[in-house]
Amino acid sequence: MENIKPEIGLLRFTTAGSVDDGKSTLIGRLLYDSKSIFEDQLDNITETSKRKGNDEVDLSLLTDGLRAEREQGITIDVAYRYFSTPNRKFIIADTPGHIQYTRNMVTGASTADVAVILIDARNGVIEQSIRHTFIASLLDMKHIIFCVNKMDLVDFSQARFDEINKEIRELLEKVGAKNIHIIPISAKFGDNVVDKSENLKWFNGSTLLNLLETVRIADDYNSKYARFPVQYVIRPQSDDYHDFRGYAGRLAGGKIFVGDKITVLPSMLTSKIKSIEDFGNERYDAKSGDSITICLEDDIDISRGNMIVPSENLPDLAKEFNVMLCWFNEKPLQIKSKYILRHSTNEVKSILSEVNTKLNINTLEEDTDKKEIKMNDIANVTIKVASPIFIDDYKLNHVSGSIILIDEATNETVAAGMVVK
Amino acid sequence: MSDFKINTNHLKLLEDEAIFIMREIAAQFEKPALLFSGGKDSIVLVHLARKAFWPAKIPFPLMHIDTGHNFDETIEFRDNLAKEFGCELIVKYVQDSINQGKAIEEKGVNASRNKLQTVTLLDAIEDEKLDCAIGGGRRDEEKARAKERFFSHRDDFGQWDPKNQRPELWNIFNGRKNMGEHFRAFPISNWTELDVWQYIMYEKIKLPSLYYTHKRKVFERDGTWLAWAPFMELKPTETVQNLDVRCRTIGDITCTGVTLSTANTLDEIVAEIAASRITERGGRADDKRSEAAMEDRKKEGYF
Repeated sequence: MENIKPEIGLLRFTTAGSVDDGKSTLIGRLLYDSKSIFEDQLDNITETSKRKGNDEVDLSLLTDGLRAEREQGITIDVAYRYFSTPNRKFIIADTPGHIQYTRNMVTGASTADVAVILIDARNGVIEQSIRHTFIASLLDMKHIIFCVNKMDLVDFSQARFDEINKEIRELLEKVGAKNIHIIPISAKFGDNVVDKSENLKWFNGSTLLNLLETVRIADDYNSKYARFPVQYVIRPQSDDYHDFRGYAGRLAGGKIFVGDKITVLPSMLTSKIKSIEDFGNERYDAKSGDSITICLEDDIDISRGNMIVPSENLPDLAKEFNVMLCWFNEKPLQIKSKYILRHSTNEVKSILSEVNTKLNINTLEEDTDKKEIKMNDIANVTIKVASPIFIDDYKLNHVSGSIILIDEATNETVAAGMVVK
Repeated sequence: MSDFKINTNHLKLLEDEAIFIMREIAAQFEKPALLFSGGKDSIVLVHLARKAFWPAKIPFPLMHIDTGHNFDETIEFRDNLAKEFGCELIVKYVQDSINQGKAIEEKGVNASRNKLQTVTLLDAIEDEKLDCAIGGGRRDEEKARAKERFFSHRDDFGQWDPKNQRPELWNIFNGRKNMGEHFRAFPISNWTELDVWQYIMYEKIKLPSLYYTHKRKVFERDGTWLAWAPFMELKPTETVQNLDVRCRTIGDITCTGVTLSTANTLDEIVAEIAASRITERGGRADDKRSEAAMEDRKKEGYF
């Protein structure tokens, strides 16, 4: 796998929309117009559409995977879809807009670079659009693309698009997000999805697919921000590799070079990178996202859950810190209760010591009267951990800045949090 | 997709992700096993596992759930691969489950042991005290699989509850479980069929020759070419012909479709897949049984 060009050949995006915004239709359209739908899949949904009495092929049937979803015509859970163009491979995290919206959208966005938010041209920015935009911003998407859909139902009116454009800009003043794009489309008829629309000639921007193919998502690979959570210690104890001791993991942020001075956390011991191993290939460097094995100059006791970082830039060693917490479980958050906290490859016991502010994500205003945190709520909370963990602000590093909470009794993942300073 | 250029940058990212998952499995579970069918996806899994733990050996065994209805070459390939890479190999036979009365052989022309594998697999997980079975399932294969997690929880009956799955965020995987429960893990969830083939080509991974063109006795059923074997019942209208074919997937012989093809190199196969207009599971008789066939099998504990 050498000689691979550094530019990103893979884009992960998440889609968000309210019920009936035409999200499934949009995805179906992207797959269909980029010729990523296969004949047997098309035959299957054509037949199902006919059986349901629809004249046109219902492209939304492509994304509804479970029986209950097809029966009820809803999307229950995050579904992943794939398509490629000659320029990029795409992974879509398709998240439902109605039930458990926060949980699903946060989950879908956590692995995405770009969020595509649908807005119905007839309705403009509504409560749910605020919610979707806020979550996309909270999860620190590199780009947010607003698709003003169903332009066919407002006669492809430029005046209507301009109004919605203004509503979106007003919303963004409150939310704050980087790299915004706004496109008028009709998913049902394909306008500006893959092909440039004849009906929307007044719009000079890119089509949705063209934008997805060209948006820049590459890291700047600054070595100062390297974080290496140790996943697994490799000790072959074979004749050929008798003294080999390698630390396996995936570099999270930045870049490292052989010879770099490093510090091991939490022990604070220092060493230098002796070699970077990659299945017998000798490497001199590794960049964010690479799964590698590191060998050090000195024999230090290191195990899973430790983190190797550049000595010139250490993360915070914290016993108490604040996160923006998204609550996922039917059982509400219990203040002063203990939860298992996972942070990269590390696991510690934790206590939720205080709810600082609870946000009403429909109005983006602080909810002052009640501090009970239920499913799909988002709040700024203080967490205390049994032993210190090494954190960065989420906006600086998504790996060292994110945590999940696990219920000790049920083992369920009950919450996700982003470190804020 | 006629102008399909091969885009390989993404293969490196998919590989990094799959290796990360392999290492999480080894770190979080006490006794995982890699489900090995002899098909290309499980061969790719073995390759990724070797890379993940190099220069150490793969720290878990390979396990084959053998329906007894195999292509001979698959078995030979399996044994050689395990020997070459020093992997422990566990083989469990569907025939044993049938003999013990736990599984009942299907009857009729479409009889297959594919579904019976679930019984043998769940018994094997219990007998071997496995807490994680690593599979080559991919989300692009089938719509129920599109909802699957990397770390997929199974209750103490081995069942999947698709409507109540644990959310998976960033790259934090929660493999915690209670006694008797286990996980299925899918390191190549995000790969497509074309990704798998391009990766095989890039990494020069050895495959059974069944994947390349060869003469074989085949017959057509419901628009799909099936490999003929002596124990298969034919309908009166079906005739066996000797044609140039290659396997697009390899599994139990009774439900593995073959493609009419003269592709003899990986380049030719990749070009053929890129131009193909039918999904690989389109050739699998087991998925044609009903719209929710895969979902139902998965809930019961299928791969």
